[in-house]
Amino acid sequence: MSKRVLLGLLLACGLTASALAQQPKTGGTINAVIQPEPPGLMLAQIQNGPTQMVSGNIFEGLLRYSPKLEPQPELAESWSVSEDAKTYTFKLKKGVTWHDGKPFTAADVLFSIEMLKQTHARARNNLAQVEKVEAPDDYTVVFTLKQPFGPFLGIFEVGSMPMVPKHLYEGTDWKTNPYNNAPVGTGPFMFKEWQKGSFIRLVKNPNYHEKGKPYLDEIYWQVIPDAAARSVAYETGKVDVLPGGSVENFDVPRLSKLKDTCVTGAGWEFFSPLAWLWLNNRQGPLADKRVRQAIMYAIDRDFAKDVIWNGLGKVATGPSASTIKFYTDDVKKYPYDPAKAKALLKEAGYKGEKIRLLPLAYGETWQRWGEAVKQNLQDVGMTIETIATDVAGGNQKIAEWDYDIAFTYLYQYGDPALGVGRNYVSSAIAKGQMFNNVEGYSNPEIDKLFADGAVATPDSKRKEIYEKAQKILVEDVPVAWMLELQFPTIMRCKVKNLITTGIGVNDGFKDAWLDK
Amino acid sequence: MILAAFNLIRSPSEMLSFVAQRVVKGVIVLLAIVVLNFFLIRLAPGDPAVVMAGEAGATDQVFVKQLREKFGLDKPLPEQLFIYVKGIATLDLGFSFRQQAPVAKLIGERLPATLLLTLTAFAISLALGILFGTFAARFAGTFLDTGITVFALIFYAMPIFWVALMGILLFSVTFDWLPSFGYDTVGGNYTGLAHVIDVAKHLIMPAMTLGLFFMATYTRMTRASMLEVKRLDFVKTARAKGLSDAVIQRRHVLRNALLPVVTLAGVHSGTLIGGAVITETVFAWPGIGRLMYDALLQRDYNLLLGVFVICSAMVLIFNLITDLVYRLVDPRIEFAS
Repeated sequence: MSKRVLLGLLLACGLTASALAQQPKTGGTINAVIQPEPPGLMLAQIQNGPTQMVSGNIFEGLLRYSPKLEPQPELAESWSVSEDAKTYTFKLKKGVTWHDGKPFTAADVLFSIEMLKQTHARARNNLAQVEKVEAPDDYTVVFTLKQPFGPFLGIFEVGSMPMVPKHLYEGTDWKTNPYNNAPVGTGPFMFKEWQKGSFIRLVKNPNYHEKGKPYLDEIYWQVIPDAAARSVAYETGKVDVLPGGSVENFDVPRLSKLKDTCVTGAGWEFFSPLAWLWLNNRQGPLADKRVRQAIMYAIDRDFAKDVIWNGLGKVATGPSASTIKFYTDDVKKYPYDPAKAKALLKEAGYKGEKIRLLPLAYGETWQRWGEAVKQNLQDVGMTIETIATDVAGGNQKIAEWDYDIAFTYLYQYGDPALGVGRNYVSSAIAKGQMFNNVEGYSNPEIDKLFADGAVATPDSKRKEIYEKAQKILVEDVPVAWMLELQFPTIMRCKVKNLITTGIGVNDGFKDAWLDK
Repeated sequence: MILAAFNLIRSPSEMLSFVAQRVVKGVIVLLAIVVLNFFLIRLAPGDPAVVMAGEAGATDQVFVKQLREKFGLDKPLPEQLFIYVKGIATLDLGFSFRQQAPVAKLIGERLPATLLLTLTAFAISLALGILFGTFAARFAGTFLDTGITVFALIFYAMPIFWVALMGILLFSVTFDWLPSFGYDTVGGNYTGLAHVIDVAKHLIMPAMTLGLFFMATYTRMTRASMLEVKRLDFVKTARAKGLSDAVIQRRHVLRNALLPVVTLAGVHSGTLIGGAVITETVFAWPGIGRLMYDALLQRDYNLLLGVFVICSAMVLIFNLITDLVYRLVDPRIEFAS
């Protein structure tokens, strides 16, 4: 046997071995942390982070999204778009059953959409462009839009549009339906038990529609309210997965170095959390663009990333995170430059008027960031007063526009039409509400660009529009963009394929397996 | 003590009328607490509808308006109060906005865990406090006295969360003797005695953390009170009668010295629940302390008020028991009519 053949054989054996090593194994239990404890698991009625993290295993959407935000099949096996971009036809997967054995059909999709329009604020907004939804047969759903809506294929993930069993909810009082406490979905795991304050237990769905999946037997979501105690739970081997944001940032490097521990920042591409400072454009010194620009120059965002966030994340360049569609970094840059900040403040005639800063009451990391920003701004001669509140109190102050500078971070949902425009267009100025245009920025050109961008076709046209919008916004600084946040997921290395989509741990554990 | 118990039973009609009066007063106090807290909670900035809309990532006005209507928050305050008090009268604690479940059910799920934790901590603190206090008084001025005082004060001076974290570090992380969190082993599926032992293992650290904090006051109080009683004439008489020192200490000094300790224990019943909030948080103990804390942050008015009502009722019951125990400890005390 020649050396070359031998080498080839060895290589082939090696490849086979490595392929075998990566062959998913079935069985086992994953213990993961859920923080805070979700108020309920009925995803169609309760839309908060922890609810989706658990219920993303129980319920499913028509689609899921790759890390590059390309749509992938879930309950819909294929889809097509008409030439005028106004008709979307989804072919549903056959043989899908609810956890109680009843078949999943187009009737469930129609019912879910009607229900979500009443119970799910984000779904209602997303569906605003839909004129009608029809089901020509049991496995086909056709959406007809009033006008083309660019991000339409991006609104079908499980948290944005979960499918609800019609046979269990139709004609009942949704709020008090007993299945809210024992949810029935089509997902890879079934609800089994919830000991309030302790844990939620999900077990494998043996009739799941993707043959061979899920690989795990069960998942325990453990409720541990204290951040230090969550770290200890991981250290002592009581939990295997700490989803992003479970522990304080300063604990991340220490935990990452533990034996058999793997860390990933992946799985947040769809949400793309972006942190910024609301700047109240309506009154005082911040009404002047130069003061807002000075704030951008005054804040050392690299320091925040490297020290406060332990090097995680990325300094933001503008209103879009780099992971979402139509992002451009071809915009005005704001490096850390206190001298320039001082000059701009002088030019704007700022005379040390008091400015109120509202940090975010989400724990130690945010508190430290608040202190760092305060120091940065004081260094360039601004007079800053920190206002301490809890989350509810802070939200109210922001919603009532009773602030000067306030920390926040928001999800972007993959597309500027879904998660960016709402913070800058004039029509989203509404007192008493959070997460819209609370800074009071108003620019008719921006209004038009976001209005056009949502309905323009093809994507190259949308790209052009959104790039222009980003340039204008970065010049105007309606808010001060800080960081594209990264919430690292910490887990035992034996946990494989936990994160396979752009929705990450919020998309269910159907691909995950344990290398025992 | 047996004689005292006999005294208590001897006058059942007196006792019953005393209890009845206290119950009536208790209901009035409870009502005052409800009304006061109803307004106090609403004085705090923050709106439950905005909090929930925020969690849902919702930005439209319709959603917030819907939430307000759904939870009756759009009605005038007096009407909201009337509806709430009417509900309480029929033992209906209302509906939790955020958790979308009846408040009574939510509290019912958590109350047993809190009672187990607080009563165990209470028993630990009283037992150790009285024991150490007695020893400290008996050996007043000695090295043992100083040692006990320092030991007790250390636990009193350290914040509960710190003691809890150090306990976890030592007994869970370093030695791996005790579980660091939870009520029982998740997925352990223990039954019968094995389950009792499992819960007990989980209970040791939280109960000790909470108990050791309160132990200090009982130790100090017992010590001071015993030293004071020791100087009284009837102790000299007992000594002159030729009773042994041990009998004098136990039957005469300790029993009389316990009155202020009992008073303090009654007062502590409320504070214990406050301490349980922190202990439950650090040890992930599924009790109402944590439920209350979350409800406060979420401005879940009904749930928060519900927890207040239950806690207040518990404090009132504890105080009633304290008054009955007074009589048990000191037969000279009469039931006031």
